[in-house]
Amino acid sequence: MRRFSAWYGGHQVLQSIDLDIPEHQVCAFIGPSGCGKSTLLRWVNRMNDSIAGARAEGSLALHGSDLLGRGVDVVALRRRVGMVFQKPNPFPKSIKDNVAFGARLHYRLTRADLDELVEKALRAAALWDEVKDRLGSPALGLSGGQQQRLCIARALAVDPEVLLMDEPCSALDPRSTASIEALIRQLRSNYTIVIVTHNMQQASRVSDTTAFFFEGKLIENGTTDLLFTSPTQKQTEDYVSGRFG
Amino acid sequence: MTSLPASTPFLSPRARPARVRLRAAVEWIIESILFLLTVLSVATTVAIFLILVRETWGFFTMRGADGQVLVPIADFLGDSIWSPLLSNPPRFGVASLVSGTLLVTAIAAAFALPLGLLTAVYLSEYAPQRVRSVLKSLLEILAGIPTVVYGFFALTFITPNLLQPLSSSFGTHSAMSAGIAVGIMILPIVSSLAEDALRAVPQSLRDGSLALGSTKAETILRVVIPAALSGIVASFLLAITRAIGETMIVALAAGGGVAQLTANPAAQVQTMTAYMVQVFLGDAPAGGVEYQSSYAVAFTLFAFTFVMTWIGALILRRYREVYE
Amino acid sequence: MTRPEASPTARTRSSHLVLVACALAAFIAVAALASLLLTIAVEGTGSLSWKFLTSFASRKAANAGILAPLAGSVWVCVICALVAIPMGIGTALYLEEYAKKSRLQGIIQLNISNLAGVPSIVYGLLALAAFVRFFGFRSGEKPLSFSIEWSELRVLAPGNPDSFWFVQAPFGSGVLAGGLTLALVVLPIMITASQEALRAVPKSLRQAAEALGSTHWQVAWRVTLPAALPTMMTGAILSISRALGEAAPLLVIGGFLMVLQTPTNLMSDFTVLPLQIYNWSGRPQEEFHRIAAAAIIVQLAVLLAFNALAIFVRQAFQKPLQS
Repeated sequence: MRRFSAWYGGHQVLQSIDLDIPEHQVCAFIGPSGCGKSTLLRWVNRMNDSIAGARAEGSLALHGSDLLGRGVDVVALRRRVGMVFQKPNPFPKSIKDNVAFGARLHYRLTRADLDELVEKALRAAALWDEVKDRLGSPALGLSGGQQQRLCIARALAVDPEVLLMDEPCSALDPRSTASIEALIRQLRSNYTIVIVTHNMQQASRVSDTTAFFFEGKLIENGTTDLLFTSPTQKQTEDYVSGRFG
Repeated sequence: MTSLPASTPFLSPRARPARVRLRAAVEWIIESILFLLTVLSVATTVAIFLILVRETWGFFTMRGADGQVLVPIADFLGDSIWSPLLSNPPRFGVASLVSGTLLVTAIAAAFALPLGLLTAVYLSEYAPQRVRSVLKSLLEILAGIPTVVYGFFALTFITPNLLQPLSSSFGTHSAMSAGIAVGIMILPIVSSLAEDALRAVPQSLRDGSLALGSTKAETILRVVIPAALSGIVASFLLAITRAIGETMIVALAAGGGVAQLTANPAAQVQTMTAYMVQVFLGDAPAGGVEYQSSYAVAFTLFAFTFVMTWIGALILRRYREVYE
Repeated sequence: MTRPEASPTARTRSSHLVLVACALAAFIAVAALASLLLTIAVEGTGSLSWKFLTSFASRKAANAGILAPLAGSVWVCVICALVAIPMGIGTALYLEEYAKKSRLQGIIQLNISNLAGVPSIVYGLLALAAFVRFFGFRSGEKPLSFSIEWSELRVLAPGNPDSFWFVQAPFGSGVLAGGLTLALVVLPIMITASQEALRAVPKSLRQAAEALGSTHWQVAWRVTLPAALPTMMTGAILSISRALGEAAPLLVIGGFLMVLQTPTNLMSDFTVLPLQIYNWSGRPQEEFHRIAAAAIIVQLAVLLAFNALAIFVRQAFQKPLQS
């Protein structure tokens, strides 16, 4: 992404961001509330389209193809770029229907293919063993952590290249958080993951690279180890050492 | 009860404690009055039911000069002809009236349910804020118009301007004309209640679906509408209940007092409610068998609407999805 | 992946189709309203005149007016409001503030929502039995009647039917019976609206008053009720508008005469605007349709004024409960 800026109405939330996100790694966006990191994430799969007054300038590209143009098919884009939200949001359907939802939209599948796909996605999200006997029961009956893993399975089932995660653990208890974090580390080999988080320990635990945002600007970007141990900017140092934010 | 201390630092020494026992009595009296009011409004249903049962029983036990029961229940339910005033002996097969009611209701539902739901979807998912508020107030106006006005509209607009140019088989009165007018009447019920149900679906579900790459329409059809289904079905049932009980529109537009068992939308029909209007307008002498028959018809009507309301309440209670 | 993909462009296209269908549906609803209002305006405006408002019904359309139904509607709706509003609020207060959340309360609640589904014409049958005939009290005889002669400070029995202070039992199909009938019809609406208004009052407000040692009724009367009142009044005005438009139950209790006078007391014969509209619309002659449309214009104007009042009340008295 180059010189990327975004506005909500007259309010500029992101100023001229330049950032490369490496493939098959986990990239964490950190920064205080309101610094624009979630907004940036929501631009990558164009979730901001449905918000009145949201607009952006600059360029945002995935493997060299532009994502912001009017001609971009957001439906096709979102198949390539999956997203997991802050709060688990399973549909009020069965576990199986939740996982199969996206795949049914994008592909014409036989029943056997679908069953296989559901199993693969649930296994990838480390949920299969817990739910394999009750695929038909309502997803809303699962615990919070299970629901979030179901949402990850749901996103994986459409076979994306990139997975965006918007504070995926903020609504969960520590144990569920640990299991999601383990999952993220596992998924790294096959997907490019961008995770927004408030929790610096989490960023340091799961990510390969980290980008620090402050008041709509990208302050610093680098490998996670370097950014946390020897930040080059004063603001980054203050933030990661917990002096503000 | 303990009385307050004679004075506290904040009170003037002249202040006296309120009379505690009197206060308790007032509390008791007020609660009793409110309870009585509540009982009174509940008693309404019971009273309606009892009167209908008593008078319907009276109808089925009326005996003619020869001591025979005039209208056995089997005839009421089994006969296909309803002709209490014109034929001799009079025939009381309620099926004709029920079919009239169902035909008009079916036409109204076929018109209003899909249209109302689509309007609700437009309001909740697509319409820009300003369009939405204007549209909602227009629908509110539609909901506030007295039903007799829709009857007038059916006679002076729907029949001559919409139906008669379409086919010469439409006379002044027809099930179709009444059905469309009833449909317009129940449209705002569907659209406003269904919209409430759709808006109660949390945004996070829409986001989740969009993020998986579904189009807006796929999100609406596969996530939003299924999630709001109980509320939508309840709105349908309420609208159908209103259509079944609607009186003035059908009394004006559906037919001239001839009941017949038919599914032809161009035909004149008589509904249960329209028959009651005919009786109470004075076509039948009070106390006679025709007059009394209106209670049996009312009982049938009441049973229909009661079951519909009951199913609606059941669906809402059983299937309502609770979101945070 | 070897799975065949559903074409995204076709999916986008069908997505637009859904939007078009929805917008079209909304447009049809608006078109229905527009053609309804237009039909009435075209048919009716020609017959509107001061004479139309101040004349009684007549066999000739040209001479007919709506004085009697207009007066009847006012009488009946005032009675309806006086009965239904306090009863509705009282019942709602009991259900929301007093009743324990028990099985009984659930039954009462279900009962009220059932009442809202009962066709209005069926209420007419109840009213006929209860108010017009007192369940058969003195049937076949002259009704018991009396009136009060304030100038001589005495009660006349049998009463003088021309006096304003004239009452009879059973009521017969006079304005009192009509008003009570409409009160029955709108009571469930009034109760539900008041309940919703009470539920919208934040719990913290109630707890604050209770913590100061207020009794149950003091909390309800001085805290909850004033906070809920603006919303309740909106509900009340909507209920009365509904009553203004009802014809079927009044037709059942017999309020459908060629009335050539305005009501003088609670027992007077009456007719109302919707009944007059029904009567004229049902006739085959075109000129009666025109005066029916004119009467509809008057009816809609009254309703519009009432609803404007509702909006005014809502905006004037609604104080924010929470900032």
